[in-house]
Amino acid sequence: MSLDKNDVKKIAFLARIRVPEEALEPLAGELSNIIGWVEQLSEVETEGVAPMTSVADMTWPRRADTVSDGDCAADVLANATDPEIPSGDANVGGFYTVPKVVE
Amino acid sequence: MSTPAPTELTDLTITAAADGMAKGDFSSEELTQAHLGAMEIAAGLNAFITPTPDLALERAKESDARRATGDAQGPMDGIPIAVKDLFCTDGVLTTAGSHILDGFKPPYESTVTTNLRDAGAVMLGKTNLDEFAMGSANVTSYYGPVKNPWKGNDGKDLVPGGSSGGSAAAVAARIALGATGTDTGGSIRQPASFSGIVGLKPTYGRCSRWGIVAFASSLDQAGPLTRSVADAAHMLGAMAGHDPKDSTSAPIPVPDFAAGLDAGVKGLKVGIPKEYTLDGMPPEIEALWTQGMDWLKDQGCECVEVSLPHTKYALPAYYIVAPAEASSNLARYDGVRYGLSLDGDSLDEMYEATRGEGFGDEVRRRVLIGTYVLSAGYYDAYYIKAQRVRTLIADDFRKVFEDVDVLLTPTAPSAAFAIGEKMDDPVAMYLNDVFTVPASMAGLPAISVPAGLDANGLPLGLHLIAKPFDEETLLRVAQSLEDAAGFTARPGATP
Repeated sequence: MSLDKNDVKKIAFLARIRVPEEALEPLAGELSNIIGWVEQLSEVETEGVAPMTSVADMTWPRRADTVSDGDCAADVLANATDPEIPSGDANVGGFYTVPKVVE
Repeated sequence: MSTPAPTELTDLTITAAADGMAKGDFSSEELTQAHLGAMEIAAGLNAFITPTPDLALERAKESDARRATGDAQGPMDGIPIAVKDLFCTDGVLTTAGSHILDGFKPPYESTVTTNLRDAGAVMLGKTNLDEFAMGSANVTSYYGPVKNPWKGNDGKDLVPGGSSGGSAAAVAARIALGATGTDTGGSIRQPASFSGIVGLKPTYGRCSRWGIVAFASSLDQAGPLTRSVADAAHMLGAMAGHDPKDSTSAPIPVPDFAAGLDAGVKGLKVGIPKEYTLDGMPPEIEALWTQGMDWLKDQGCECVEVSLPHTKYALPAYYIVAPAEASSNLARYDGVRYGLSLDGDSLDEMYEATRGEGFGDEVRRRVLIGTYVLSAGYYDAYYIKAQRVRTLIADDFRKVFEDVDVLLTPTAPSAAFAIGEKMDDPVAMYLNDVFTVPASMAGLPAISVPAGLDANGLPLGLHLIAKPFDEETLLRVAQSLEDAAGFTARPGATP
């Protein structure tokens, strides 16, 4: 399977990564090489083999479904990128800000 | 009491430094000062992204105070270590080697670094790494490449291996007595081999992944880089343990890994997988491997040829599974909650601009590959196929371990290469991990032990793989390899 410029453009949008126009062509070549190389897996007979879901041969314990953390909004927002709005302000802050989503 | 010279202090093992502090020969503060001095002198290696000298001295003084009141915590108390900058550290910049985490100071501490801190270890700083731990040469870091303290006869600057390249360089250059690393497909073991030190990847589930920036969650595992096998045992003991915050952390007790190191290897059966012989492998590596078998035979092991028939498919399967998980894990970098943020007129444009600017070339490649193999129409052909192959790889190991105790292989197909090499061919770079990836795919514990030098004066490692949660046998055999190899060469002083 070989990828072209338009495939890369589509995948890049799915991954939400802006790729400059001039980088699409070389990237298509690099990705095609990698995909071509991993395709050697088609030689392996895997009929009836279950896909691996866990590398460890054990049952993991579950923790109790209870609140074990919280009440730390200021910590959670400490690295937020919009410094205009003070976190923890009862009226304005305490939120992440993003570009307008709903028209 | 006379204080040893700083160069003597930085040349100790963890085990010897712990003894020295216990005897009162020197304090943790003196030991830490000596290492901070070494860090300054070796700044040109670019091993550290964020040195934390003030924090280090503060913790060293706390350690000395504990010792003065008889409350010393064991072999790691007061030991200066470096921390790969993939571990979140409370209030200390954590970058994962990426532009996209600009300015990120976690308000929490990873479980592994919390455990080390509780054991009294002193953090000297955060070490450089390949961006998001994706690389085998430490050349993909936003903060620039790390130089290997070793140089070949031609004097060129070499890579330290990767992705834990800063950690490996720091330990090899005597800047830290030990360092944490993480290993997804070889990121502890391959740099250990390139830098002439010991690197241990424990069984998947042995160390908590909580608070470690995620790359491929079904493969990522933390482990120590040290200058001796005994040091690796002590440091792993402090790092490991069940953690309810990581649902894949194994709820099994942590043994005293150092206890049985000198028990010998008489009667153990060592498997030599025939598929690990590669065309074009340097004859020195082949010879070192044979030498390793002889060393173990001399100490009473039986070496038998075994077959792991799916070995050659481990690397291509890894390059589907790991990028798939990475594309999912790295979806969280959105420019909203932390790190780099670029403006956009819509939410999508903001994501695209931030992620386009914030990810380097290799990370971008892997996220795109991962997105592709998980996308509609390709999921079964690539991702599910790779997970089926992964089952076969794990089955291969399970079968041979019915008969043998450990496997012996080379760690890497070459010694350290020059900075800039293999940059134009991603697949050539991926081949560095051809011997380390299979054990990762099966979640098995494995270790690289420095065993010899090539004709160019560069270190080469031997690699051991053991059964799940049998780090004790792994370390015991590693100790006997270390004893037999008598590896005393050091960077800058190669014969």
